[in-house]
Amino acid sequence: MARELFRFKGGVHPPDHKSESNGRPIHPAPIPRQLVIPLRQHIGNPAKPVVSVGDTVRTGQLIAEADGTISAAVHASSSGTVVAIEPRTLPHASGLPDLCVVIDTDGRDEWVTRTPLDYRAMPAADLRMKLRDMGLAGLGGAVFPSAVKLDAGPAQVCPTLILNGGECEPWITCDDVLMRHHADDILQGVAIMRHLLGSTEVLVGIEDNKPEALAAMREAAARLDFAVEVVAVPSLYPGGGAKQMIETLTGKQVPSGKLSTDIGIQVFNVGTAHALARAVHHGEPMIERLVTVTGHVLRPQNFRVRIGTPMQALIDLAGDREGATGVLMGGPMMGVAMPNTQVPVIKATNCILVQSRELFPAPPAALPCIRCTRCADACPAELQPQELFRFAKAGDFGRAQEYHLFDCIECGCCTYVCPSHIPLVEYYRYAKSEIWAREREKRAADLARERHEFRQFRLEREKVEKAEKLAAKAAASRALAAQDQAKRAEQATGAPAAAQPAVPAADTGEVDAKKALIAAALARAQAKKAEAAPKNTQQLSPEQQQAIDEIEARRAKIRELARKPLESETENP
Amino acid sequence: MLTAIGVMVLLAVVIGVALGWSAIRLKVEGNPLAEKIDAILPQTQCGQCGFPGCKPYAEAIAKGEADINQCPPGGEDGVKQLAELLGVEPKPLDGEHGVPKPKSVALIDEATCIGCTLCIQACPVDAIVGAAKQMHTIIADECTGCELCLPPCPVDCIAMVEIREDLPHWKWRYPQIQLKRVA
Repeated sequence: MARELFRFKGGVHPPDHKSESNGRPIHPAPIPRQLVIPLRQHIGNPAKPVVSVGDTVRTGQLIAEADGTISAAVHASSSGTVVAIEPRTLPHASGLPDLCVVIDTDGRDEWVTRTPLDYRAMPAADLRMKLRDMGLAGLGGAVFPSAVKLDAGPAQVCPTLILNGGECEPWITCDDVLMRHHADDILQGVAIMRHLLGSTEVLVGIEDNKPEALAAMREAAARLDFAVEVVAVPSLYPGGGAKQMIETLTGKQVPSGKLSTDIGIQVFNVGTAHALARAVHHGEPMIERLVTVTGHVLRPQNFRVRIGTPMQALIDLAGDREGATGVLMGGPMMGVAMPNTQVPVIKATNCILVQSRELFPAPPAALPCIRCTRCADACPAELQPQELFRFAKAGDFGRAQEYHLFDCIECGCCTYVCPSHIPLVEYYRYAKSEIWAREREKRAADLARERHEFRQFRLEREKVEKAEKLAAKAAASRALAAQDQAKRAEQATGAPAAAQPAVPAADTGEVDAKKALIAAALARAQAKKAEAAPKNTQQLSPEQQQAIDEIEARRAKIRELARKPLESETENP
Repeated sequence: MLTAIGVMVLLAVVIGVALGWSAIRLKVEGNPLAEKIDAILPQTQCGQCGFPGCKPYAEAIAKGEADINQCPPGGEDGVKQLAELLGVEPKPLDGEHGVPKPKSVALIDEATCIGCTLCIQACPVDAIVGAAKQMHTIIADECTGCELCLPPCPVDCIAMVEIREDLPHWKWRYPQIQLKRVA
């Protein structure tokens, strides 16, 4: 019985360009002389380096540990020597440098000892920590640390597990060939996911333009001891987006601002499942991935690449051609332009798309928006792109957020259909990062305000405390002086102090009290001075005293001499 | 006629009591306008506006004693926001109070620092750690870049370092408008 499928709103049909690269087998790319492994490859905190320059590392050795919950460890992709830990240009739209571990490989590719895990015997939390330390992160593009996603949360179960083999973006075929050649491994990974999430229903969504992958996955699914439904979904960009895949397969929509786990569904990329199986059954941390190298190259194909390999090495392997105009990481719809081709492959690199003028002609100049709302028809997130564009352009970010800017998945459908060729997604990216920056600034300002207010409060409090302390001290010494005086008066008169006449004594009493205070203070000062005076000048023998006197005399003479020349100078200029 | 007067008097008494009660019970503590202005100000606490901190400046603006263009760290953008809030025309920053600078943080040259604690006393947000005759250092995340620690330093060991753009703080730029080629 065929499963009932649902159709998400919008979407486009760009030419898929899959056949260029999916026919060739997976080719393991040679290990380069030098690996540049970035420490910020995933969403969340960057990993903290645990090796130092000069260290010898083995393949799969931990070189940077996860920092916090939402983080993943980073491992040496091959054996060699750490030659630098320094900022290098990252494969990121900004082209900014960030901390990387640079390893000169020795070519021997010697592994650390790999210990498979018995995941069924381990507590789930331990297994998740282990996976975090093996650097597991989503290979679908967002690179979210997998250990976090494999936690079903307080509900303890996530009824539906979806494996995403949609790969809807044109040109990219790495998931396609992975499913064709490693279907069994992928499904072993699914078994582990199912174990951790307690899922009862497992669905694999694959677009129907990948019949070989569908067949391979179905065949492998039939060999399993649990039910896995491999579903062919219609090819429609961006049907491989997590939210779109959920809607296609289940008809459920993830509410705005919520996670799919809130409606009991978790989605993983097929590549992640494969990497999970490698990690658990073979003890291999995430040090390699499949990368499609396609576009303007001689032999578009998929490579198994060690993380940290420079992109140029792969382009050379696939056959560099004259006339390349740039390189995208990712596909033509969502990919980002690379600052240069020497940047390394990271966990997020699913595709290296070499552009040329023929394949990717420069977009025509943007014209004004005519509010045709074709973008709204194409938007799979059911937004109003023309309004978002208007607000982003005007800098009205508050309104843009009201129109759910953050539900935009930046799929590029609106840009694709825009008859005015407006780079709409660029405006949304700009607006999003501007909003984030403002929120950061606001947080910093709030912190500064709080600290400043506390400082004012502290200064005030210190002032009050000081005044109180002084008053208490004065009162205490006054009381002491009064006591002294009373005692003295008692001794003088021989009569009890209480018998003294009140009024005339008050005046003299006060003056005396003040005098006594001064005397006491003087005595204290004297005592302090005596304490501070050097102890070795007391009880001297006559010889010692004589020596001291001599030295003092010499000093006096020197002082005298020091003054004299000045005088002579003034006399005879 | 008498009834009419009676009704009016009664009304006046009832409304008067209600107003009097609400004036006491529903009184708004502090100045809400000053709070709103304070929320716009950048909280650098640098005193360039001529007031000892952002809050006193906000209060002065609320009272109409200070102009809205005296805050260089807030920049033209800040002036615009203040103008919008107060319903007045935005104006250019007053050069007398300084010019906007790129965001920076203070950095103590630890080899030169003599541990005099003068900068600690000057810092409006307690972002300097140290003790007498011990080396001081700046908590960079909490430094507002107000430069108030620079003048008291007797050995000039504090420098302002511009915050360079890094990966977590990188922003997508406003899309470039491609001009149509005419020729």
